[in-house]
Order: sequence, then structure tokens, then C-alpha cells
Amino acid sequence: MTAAAPAEPSRASRRGEFWRRSYAMTVKEFIQLKRDRVSFAMIIMIPLLQLLLFGYAINTNPRHLPTAVLLQENSDVGRSILRALENTQYFKVTHVVRNEREFDRLLANGSVLFAIEIPANFERDLRRGDRPAILVASDATDPVAAGSAIGALNGVLQTALRYDHGIPETVLPPFEFRTHARYNPAAETSLNIVPGLVGTILTMTMLIFTALSVTREIERGTMEALLSMPITPVEIMLGKIVPYILVGFIQAALILSIGILLFGVPLLGSLSLLAMLSTLFITANLAIGYTFSTLAQNQLQAMQMSLMFFLPNILLSGFMFPFAGMPVWAQWIGEALPLTHYLRIVRSIMLKGSSFPDLYFDTAMLAGLTLFAMAVAVTRFRRTLD
Amino acid sequence: MTLAQDGAQGRAHDNAQGGARDITPAPVIAIDVRGLSKSFGSRKVVRDLSMQVKRGTIYGFLGPNGSGKTTTIRMLTGLLTPDEGEGTCLGYNIRTEADEIKRHVGYMTQRFSLYQDLSVRENLEFVARLYGIDDPAAAARAMVERLGLNGREEQLAGELSGGWKQRLALGACTLPNPQLLLLDEPTAGVDPKARREFWNEIHALAAQGLTVLVSTHYMDEAERCHEIAYIAYGVLLAHGTVPQVIAQAHLVTYTVSAADSHVLMQLGDELAALPGVDMVAPFGSSLHVSGRDRAALDAAIAPYRTRAGLNWTPSEATLEDVFIDLMSRAQDNFQ
Repeated sequence: MTAAAPAEPSRASRRGEFWRRSYAMTVKEFIQLKRDRVSFAMIIMIPLLQLLLFGYAINTNPRHLPTAVLLQENSDVGRSILRALENTQYFKVTHVVRNEREFDRLLANGSVLFAIEIPANFERDLRRGDRPAILVASDATDPVAAGSAIGALNGVLQTALRYDHGIPETVLPPFEFRTHARYNPAAETSLNIVPGLVGTILTMTMLIFTALSVTREIERGTMEALLSMPITPVEIMLGKIVPYILVGFIQAALILSIGILLFGVPLLGSLSLLAMLSTLFITANLAIGYTFSTLAQNQLQAMQMSLMFFLPNILLSGFMFPFAGMPVWAQWIGEALPLTHYLRIVRSIMLKGSSFPDLYFDTAMLAGLTLFAMAVAVTRFRRTLD
Repeated sequence: MTLAQDGAQGRAHDNAQGGARDITPAPVIAIDVRGLSKSFGSRKVVRDLSMQVKRGTIYGFLGPNGSGKTTTIRMLTGLLTPDEGEGTCLGYNIRTEADEIKRHVGYMTQRFSLYQDLSVRENLEFVARLYGIDDPAAAARAMVERLGLNGREEQLAGELSGGWKQRLALGACTLPNPQLLLLDEPTAGVDPKARREFWNEIHALAAQGLTVLVSTHYMDEAERCHEIAYIAYGVLLAHGTVPQVIAQAHLVTYTVSAADSHVLMQLGDELAALPGVDMVAPFGSSLHVSGRDRAALDAAIAPYRTRAGLNWTPSEATLEDVFIDLMSRAQDNFQ
């Protein structure tokens, strides 16, 4: 090839250039990835942690469900039946109550998923062959959680009194369970899912809004000017959270309206109580997102942290899988997530018509998580560029 | 109440600092720092830097890129904590009274740091609100007027040209009536006309009694300052008025010109290698040849003075000659 007549590059050499340039880009991306230590850690941590966490925690066939027992009569056969229920491993008697008011209260505030009543004169009726009934009331707001346990009742019916003597041998079982699915008698999944979606959607959108807020200022270079002006970290935080409370409120109203109008989800409780506690929940998520923003070094890291936080919210909060079915350690993690508490709040208010006293604990937890996140954010906020 | 009065009052309440400031509300020295040092990791960015800036002056802060100008300015605003050293800005301790400094100092960052997705008016109103100005809308309007941005109020700041962006940024940091302006390379990447207008504005502000510390690496801008300081490798190498700085350097300079630029370039290489010649710098179709020792320089160039085609004239060292010389000397000491 001479300088006077530069030859057209051959097809092969042009293909060579294509690979060379692609290679150059690939090498550059690898170097940048290597420099971003947090992203690198996330690549390992996200799959590992999430897999172990959720693999062990999620259980669609929950056992040891908290159960309250109301004994109107103290008899051997009654105790045999209770033992047989516990032996199915689905029921775990956590409360023994004395009257029906307490029985109803425990179901309403979510302390138990089942309440079993053994009526007065049960043993006498049994021995007479009158086939007395045991009331099994279940909290059917989450049909999945209650479903398998109710299925197990049948087996108990057949076997519970096999070794008890003096029970008339009949073709029919000697007694019956009368199940009563409360709050969601038709076991419609949408009644459980739609209120849950309010919480899930809010978690996702609110987290992202604030998670990017501080890192964006840093990346765009506006943070330096902001820091040189007389504004304190608390003021910056409040200014960044407040607009999104309104946004979240509109979002919540939208989802709830659709849920009520299209999916026929009832709203048995107070709308103003729901609005108030939804605002608290929105604030909690905004505060947590903002905390991520002060911890992350760039927007990508903030997104990854949000994702890290979002997944357990979906999986361990009781949104997708029954909370009661998780091992205790997973329940502890769940208690630290705002969505767990909001799900209880929104389902209780909408489906059970619960009032504020039923929700003290969850409200206190939401407020506590919010304050904790804000405290972390304010102390972690870097006031200088050091 | 203007912010200047506000500041004076703030200091009057500050009894711990003694009564002297109660009598003279505004100290004569706006910036007074001693022995400032700052490292990032193992890299020492500013070393033992001391400077004093009198009120009402325009103080030029010159130095090559990466010499520690921005770090020094950030320490003055309280955005960075010095590793060593003490000092005050407007009488406020830079270590402990950063909040007060922020209230009375306008800082214009090197990178455009207003909100690109906010309009001119919205940016100015935001700043006005942060400083608690009573009528932010009116303050923003007045500043738009002053900047000559009429008709562009609703334009997004990110869409402005480089020159207008800088003017807007200057407007934003003068809006709360600061007593001291710290401008970090405000004219970098701005065209000459916009630069001139920018400097006119700075002089107008200084005439109102404002103290301005402006960093730059344009030599012609140094000439527009009342006083200058030159920093390289984190060390303050010279300071004073421009003639003082030139005189302090004791640099003897000759200008040599030739018709043929090739000859001149070759000559430059030869001269630079000679003992006694400390610096050779091309200036258009001529060379500036400088040395700190007149006798040594004269001896070195003697053989070339009679060479045909070369035209030698003694000349004054320019500020640039002085700076390049200072830098090369600093390089020997600190690199």
C-alpha cells in the first residue's frame, strides 16, 4: 500500500476493527466495575444473601400457627383433641382464653390466626353420640396461611379419639369441626392481595424517590454549593421528604380507590385512620430511602441498596407468603421492615374493621423505624467534603 | 436590614472573642490564615499556607491546575477541615464557626452548581429563601435585572450558555449580600467578551466594599486584581501587587526574535541547556530568555548576541515569566 493510493480497508480488517473497539469498551467497563467496590460486593452479596435468606425463610405451607383456645369445659376428650390438633404441627396454642370477648379480640388484632372453642357439655354430648361441634374460627384475610391448617382438621377428626374409650363407634366421626373463616369468608385472594399491593407499590416508589436525592446532588455538583450555604442536614432531609409524602398520598389514594371500585375490597374500618397510618408508612419509606442516599456514593449504589431492601420487604413481610409460616429468625427480620407493619395495618383496617387500639404495636414500630432511619441519615450526612 | 448589618450584629454578640470587634464592626483583614495544610491520603495538597486579604480588595489566587487553589478555598469556607493551621474568615474561626462563615461568604464553585433543571428565577429564589431574605421573588427579580437576564427568567439554568451560566452563578452567590466572595475559576471556559463583563461586575462589587478572592490561571486576569498570590504544589510562592511580585522575582529577561521560526526553536533548545539561563519561553515570534543572575545570564548568551539574524533586546519580565520560573523552582523543591 502506498501513500498515494490508500487502499480501501479489506472486509477482514474492518471486522478486526469492530472486535478491537468492542474489546476496548469491554476492558473499560471491567476497570470501572472493579473500581466501584460497593457494586462489586453487591454482585456477590445480592444473590448469596437473598438466596439463603429467602430459601430458608419462605414456606408456603406454614405450620405452628398461633392459636387461641377457649375451653368452656375442661375434659379429657377436649384435651385429646387439642393435642391431636397440635400434633398436626399446624396449630400452636399460644393463648388460652376465658371468654368470647377475648377470643374475638385476639383474632381482630392479629395475635392469633385461629381460635378454637370447645363448647360446654362437649364430653357428655360426645358420649351420647350427639356429634357435638368444635368451633374453629380462622383469620381468612390471608387465605393461604389458613388453608392447609383447615385441611388438616379432617385428619384430626378421624384419629383424635381413636384411643379414648367409651366413645360410641359409629360410621360417622364422633364430633365435627365447624369452621368459620372470618373477614374473608369466600377466601378471595384479591381481598388479601390488593391491600397488600398498596404497601408494596408505595415501598418501591417511595424508596427510589429519596434514595437518589442526595447522590444526585453530589453527582451533579450541586451539593458543594448547598453545603456552603446556611442550611442544616435536618432541613435538607425534611425538604427532600415532604414533597414525596404528598406524592405517596396521591398514589395510595389511587391504588385504594381502584381496589375498592374494581376489586370490591371492602373498607370496614375508618378511612381517616387508614389515611393517617398510610402517611406514617410513606414517611417511613422515604426516610429509609433518604438514609440509603446518604450512605451510597453514587446513584447506582443507591439503587442497589433500595433493591436489597425491597426484596425482603416483598418476601418476608407477609405480602407474598404467610408471615406466621416463617421461622422465628425470619419473623424478626420481618418485624424490622415497615411493610410488615403496614400490611397488618391496612388489612386489619380494610378487612377486619380494626380500630386504632388494635394497631398500637404496628404504629409504634412504624414510627420507631422512621425515627431510627432519620437519625442515621442525619448523623451520616457529610457536612464537609473531607 | 442588609446582611452586612446582620453580620456585624452577629459578631457583636460574640463576646468570647473579646471586645475589639465590638468597636470596629468590620475587621480590616477579611481573610487571615496561618499554616494551613491539607492531605488527601498520602498526597499533601496544601502545605503550610498563610495569607492575609484586606477588606475591599480583589485578591487573585493564581496557580496551575492541581496546585491546591480549590482545596484552600474550600478550607476557607469550612467545607474542608485543615489538617494543620488556624485562621479566620471575616473574623470567624474557619474550624469552629463554619455556620457563620456560610452566612456571610458567597462561594462560587468551579463546577456550575446551580440546579440545571430549575429556571433562572427559581434558582435565585431558592438561594434567597435559604438565606431567609424577606421577599425572595423581589430579590430574584432585582438580581435578574442586575445581571441583565431579563427575558430569560424562565429559561432553565442548564440551557444557558457558558458565559451566562457564570454570571448567574455569580448573581446567586452575591444575592444574599455577602461580605466576602470566593470565586473558584469563575471564568474558565468562558469567551473573552463574557470574561470582560464578568470582571467589570467583580470590580463593581469590590467598589461597594466587597472583598473578592478569585482563583484563575489566566495571567491577564491577574493584572485586574489589586493583589495576587501564586500557589504551586500546594505552596504559596509569592504574593503582593503585580509589580511587587515581578520585582521580588529578580528576573533578568531578554527578548530575542528571528525571522525564521525554525531557527528560533532550535535556539531555544540550545539556550535552555546553558547554565545561567533559567527559563526560555516562546512568545509568538520571539523568545523570552530569563535568568536570576544577571552576570551568569549575560555570559551565557554573549556568544549568541552577535549572531546574524537574531535581534536581542533587554526587556521586563512579565508576570507569566515570573510564574513559570517560580513553578520550575518549586518543582525542584517539592516534586
